[in-house]
Amino acid sequence: MAWFKKERPESAAQEAPAKKVKIPEGLWIKCDNCKEIIYRKEVDKNLKVCPKCDYHFRISASERLPYLVDEGSFLEVEDGLSPKDFLNFKDYKDKLKSSRKKTGLKDAIISGEAKIGGKPVSVVVMDFNFMGGSMGSVVGEKITRAVERAIEKRTAFVSVASSGGARMQEGILSLMQMAKTSAAVARLGQAGLPFISVLTDPTFGGVTASFAMLGDIIVAEPKSLIGFAGPRVIEQTIKQQLPGGFQRAEFLLEHGMIDMIVPRKDLRATLAKVLDFFAA
Amino acid sequence: MPQEYLEFEKPIAELEKKIEELTLFTSNGGIDLEEEILKLQKKSDQLLAEIYSKLSPWQKVQISRHANRPYTLDYIEAMMTDFVEMHGDRAFADDPAIVCGMAKLDGAPVVVIGHQKGRTTKERVIRNFGQPNPEGYRKALRLMRFAEKFNRPLITFIDTQGAYPGIGAEERGQGESIARNLYVMSMLKIPIVTVVIGEGGSGGALALGIADRVMMLEHATYSVISPEGCAAILWNNGAKASEAAELLKVTAQDLFQMKVIDEVVEEPIGGAHRDPRRASELLKEAITRNLGEVRSMEPDELVKLRYEKFRKLGTFDQL
Repeated sequence: MAWFKKERPESAAQEAPAKKVKIPEGLWIKCDNCKEIIYRKEVDKNLKVCPKCDYHFRISASERLPYLVDEGSFLEVEDGLSPKDFLNFKDYKDKLKSSRKKTGLKDAIISGEAKIGGKPVSVVVMDFNFMGGSMGSVVGEKITRAVERAIEKRTAFVSVASSGGARMQEGILSLMQMAKTSAAVARLGQAGLPFISVLTDPTFGGVTASFAMLGDIIVAEPKSLIGFAGPRVIEQTIKQQLPGGFQRAEFLLEHGMIDMIVPRKDLRATLAKVLDFFAA
Repeated sequence: MPQEYLEFEKPIAELEKKIEELTLFTSNGGIDLEEEILKLQKKSDQLLAEIYSKLSPWQKVQISRHANRPYTLDYIEAMMTDFVEMHGDRAFADDPAIVCGMAKLDGAPVVVIGHQKGRTTKERVIRNFGQPNPEGYRKALRLMRFAEKFNRPLITFIDTQGAYPGIGAEERGQGESIARNLYVMSMLKIPIVTVVIGEGGSGGALALGIADRVMMLEHATYSVISPEGCAAILWNNGAKASEAAELLKVTAQDLFQMKVIDEVVEEPIGGAHRDPRRASELLKEAITRNLGEVRSMEPDELVKLRYEKFRKLGTFDQL
């Protein structure tokens, strides 16, 4: 189907070239958005946000954690789950290998227990650097287990999405992860426990069309590209240019699809405030 | 609508044309060619059976999209009575790419929901080629809750190339509308039976597919991405779709083997489009039987088993 055509939505390139996910080594870097040359240490100090234009650079899952949870509170679980090339899909093994090397992860997500503002949470963070954050069996399983752990321990569930969608190389089983994760979130709701979904640049396809849009509270980072179908697929379908700002977080807020846009530096404090509402 | 022939069906088309010519000749008072016709018919039947016994995945994809294939409304008409179509999501619009309503199956009231493609060019446009917008999924959602409220079993038919990728669809939350259906369907306290009758195109298909029994017609397909889309990504060449179809494992037989579906429903020889009436009979038998199996279960038990059914899908290593 159309919206899985790209693992990495092309139009991210309009303002933020998808290829520049990692801030390159070196003293100076160029902002993907405003093209200003900026001092790297300044960007690092600013939580990987451009001090000139406020562009939020894409960051890895491990870079995300310190901005998300209380210092020293994260305890990783299920780090042994590893993807399997059960369809013998062309080049999948090589892609997994190079992604592992690049990220040090076994798949596109880390899962754990942590505290935010002192409140215990079950948390998952996706990593776009690992095959475009695509959701296959491992990603789906880890999300589902994290939700089930939240139910078991009576805590909130927090997810940080960053994904091009379902992982084509695992065929129909990737599609079924949408069903699995959504059903788990439904159980969490039935147990009366909150789900806070954080959407980051980019979130698309089968991730948008499953757990990520099911948060009781949905938060997005400024200017993140978020949608169901990738912009290029839409352009090809309707044969028109897309309006400026289309599928940005601000567009979603305007159309009533998310609760709020929160800058990276305020994320933890905002989540702490929200969690406090449920804990009281 | 005249019978259309796929490339690999062409030899049959030739034989059928010949039979038709001879029949016409005979009925016009020419020489009696009955024996000749019977011979040709036998040959044609054999050829058809032969072709359909060794279809490639890509050929199956083409059959699942065949222009003569029965659609949701055809099956409703053939196997149910007293169908009352219901419209609209009560929020934005009615989406003709999804049809739904109340009906009776062997006299028992059921709620039915399905994707609907168009047969003529005009109808195809109206039905948006069977690609729903968010209001379609929300209409379906309304009917799912309606079914639960009045304690009627739910039957869904899947047949779409996928949810529509458009500006309006994004503005109105295409992703959320699909996700919400997955969420709600997983919890419905009524029996649900789903059949993929043609194309099962990704999330737009799955949004009607969380059920206690998931079946596929013999020549239906179900996939995370279209073979064309997959080929475009892998080789930058949509024309290599047939290779992609093999890699992705999209046929009913593949999915049954992977335990993603519960049953493959037999089609008449030569596919549902060659004998829609027989196809409906076979499908009705399968639906009634499966519904019978889940109908008597306690609602809580149904929901629990449904969760477990989808919960166990996935293959990975534990290191």
